[in-house]
Amino acid sequence: MTALTIHNAKLLLPGQAAPISETIIIDKGQIAAIGNAAPSTPAPTPNDTTETIDAGGLLVAPGIIDLGVFATDKPAFRFGGITRAALMPDQSPVHDDPATIRFAALKGKPDFWVHPLAAATRDLDGRHMAEIALMKDAGAKGVATGRDWISDSGIMLRIMQYCAALGLPVFVHSEDSGIRGTAVATAGATATLLGLSAAPAITEAAAIARDLLLAEESGAHVHFRQVTTARGLELIRQAKQNGLKITCGITPAHLFLSDNAVSDFRTFAKISPPLRNEDDRQACLAAIADGTLDVIMSGHDPRGPEEKRLPFGEALPGMAGAETLLALSLNLVRDGLISTGRLFELLAANPAKILNINAGVIETGREADLIFVDTGSPWQVDSGKMTAMAGNTPFDKLPVQGRVVKMMKGGKVIS
Amino acid sequence: MGIALMTTTLNFAADRFPAGSAAFPHRHLLGVTGLQNYELLYILDQAETWIAMNRSAAAKHDDRLSGLTIINAFFENSTRTLLSFEIAGKRLGADVVNMHAAQSSVKKGETLIDTAMTLNAMRADAIVIRHASSGAVQLISDKVDCPVLNAGDGAHEHPTQALLDALTIQRRKGRIEGLTITICGDVLHSRVARSNIMCLKTLGAQLRIVAPPALTPAGIENFGVTVFHDFDAALPGSDVIMMLRLQNERMQGDFIPSPREYYHLYGLDERRLALAKPDALIMHPGPMNRGIEIASSVADHYERSAIREQVEMGVAVRMACLDILTRKARGVEGWS
Repeated sequence: MTALTIHNAKLLLPGQAAPISETIIIDKGQIAAIGNAAPSTPAPTPNDTTETIDAGGLLVAPGIIDLGVFATDKPAFRFGGITRAALMPDQSPVHDDPATIRFAALKGKPDFWVHPLAAATRDLDGRHMAEIALMKDAGAKGVATGRDWISDSGIMLRIMQYCAALGLPVFVHSEDSGIRGTAVATAGATATLLGLSAAPAITEAAAIARDLLLAEESGAHVHFRQVTTARGLELIRQAKQNGLKITCGITPAHLFLSDNAVSDFRTFAKISPPLRNEDDRQACLAAIADGTLDVIMSGHDPRGPEEKRLPFGEALPGMAGAETLLALSLNLVRDGLISTGRLFELLAANPAKILNINAGVIETGREADLIFVDTGSPWQVDSGKMTAMAGNTPFDKLPVQGRVVKMMKGGKVIS
Repeated sequence: MGIALMTTTLNFAADRFPAGSAAFPHRHLLGVTGLQNYELLYILDQAETWIAMNRSAAAKHDDRLSGLTIINAFFENSTRTLLSFEIAGKRLGADVVNMHAAQSSVKKGETLIDTAMTLNAMRADAIVIRHASSGAVQLISDKVDCPVLNAGDGAHEHPTQALLDALTIQRRKGRIEGLTITICGDVLHSRVARSNIMCLKTLGAQLRIVAPPALTPAGIENFGVTVFHDFDAALPGSDVIMMLRLQNERMQGDFIPSPREYYHLYGLDERRLALAKPDALIMHPGPMNRGIEIASSVADHYERSAIREQVEMGVAVRMACLDILTRKARGVEGWS
């Protein structure tokens, strides 16, 4: 295989806040050398077996690893610069046995890699443990409770103990099902005005509090897929200070929208957990800045009109987020909240660490999953023109900046 | 009706709307939220004009909606509201047809939008909709060419109920502005409470809400109401006491331990009535649970109960709404 040299790139290297101009050499699908650093193997010299790509001064960053999507939607991932995604087990049929896991892991290859998450319980029923070890051998990189919290604390503890022994992270949804009931919105003036069934924001903290105790007891690595409230984040912050092995994530929706986005019964803004009030949104931004949040993900969940063009209470939750993930997240850099380097820790390095995969950062020996980003390129989100399976975005018509112009998976350019 | 009723309103709305626009420039009546006080008063004013005809022993008929088709599409069971809209349409000369969800293709899995398109294709001139989901009526209104009237959607709005309550209060009390109105019951699940709060606040009343904590919606105080959990504390100074219906399924232990315990805390009986102003008006949107939220002796109070009058005003208010919303299509001068 010929080596590949990318020059004139602004490379985002680990530990660096801002990109620096360097050259990168790719060989056998992996990053072989960066800049003038002495490579461990003799560096391929520019000769007739070496291809060269001029990055044109663009930002070259690690491909985004989207931690928890609900569909394998390759065109949307390509648009959004997502080279790998952890797939939630909430599929039809549920990913609760080795065969479905093995199939899902192969689905996107070679240009896109799916890392399936195994269902923690059979058929996601929350009561009976699934064959977690067999699914791990079939390729599962983690275990997930699905869209719901497991209300049976005994089962949840035993799942965590099992996963701790197997070395698998446990992805949990954080909404206490008893408090939530039939709620479709966060309790507050907006839900009251619209007459929507609502639950208080502490629904989340109540679930997190229990799972933190179980995490401590079991020693499992628990990843709180979405933490969206001030109280929830405060519990996570405390637990991290106490040395617990936990991580947590969020989507751009909870960073940039509050519950008044559901005004007028906009079902595209119906997500799970529901949008929170403005104070909670500000707490989420603060948690991005101070490092409490580890991951930003899309939560990509394309839903067609038959699932969204319904009365609010009957519409299914979820948003198509893969295409807008990077452009929206870049707002955090432009607003001065975090550096570009920190952004890609949230989007790629930390997800890779949680999944324990050899990607997510640009350093020698890693998979050459790269994206070339024109961070200033303006475009407008348009639910009617999205490449995703469905255009259910709550950010419809929003002007954004930042576009992936080229993507490489394992050293190969993906068109 | 046992007592003399006022026949004219003190508030006169006709000259209050901005020059150059129609008195009620909205295409649909989806809720009272966002309506201006002069728009609400205009509807009340128009409703007044139908009361005398409705009471006359002679033919109760006007033919201004003659030849127009009104569909009452009720996706949720209703007796009084459906009947009230049907009578209102017929007294104005319209051809009124009723669609009940139980008999419709909704049971066969058709989506709400498809049902709306079907109704629209039948060229209705107005559609009256009741649905169990908040926001469902607005969803339909976006898809049809004719005016849509919300006859109650989930826990969201029930605008004609609020208007008929306002009309009843205005006729009995002579005004709404400055009155203290206490609403008691399951506010959380009540569209009647929401619409009444919005309507009566806009018209200048002081609102008190009484409900058990679990049935008090979050953030309700943002709408300018005072929240009470103790009914006895809320009653002194009240000019109007509006009781809400408590759904049977809510008092089996989920929200309320038992009907008798609810009555103990929130039932309106003679003792509690004595705490309010001596001329306090008793209202209930119906249907009543006698002995659960209201004592029979209070509900039937000869001078102070306005419950039957509310039903009567309902027809007049709905006639006014159907008339106003179809004016543009009928080419009434000044309503283009």
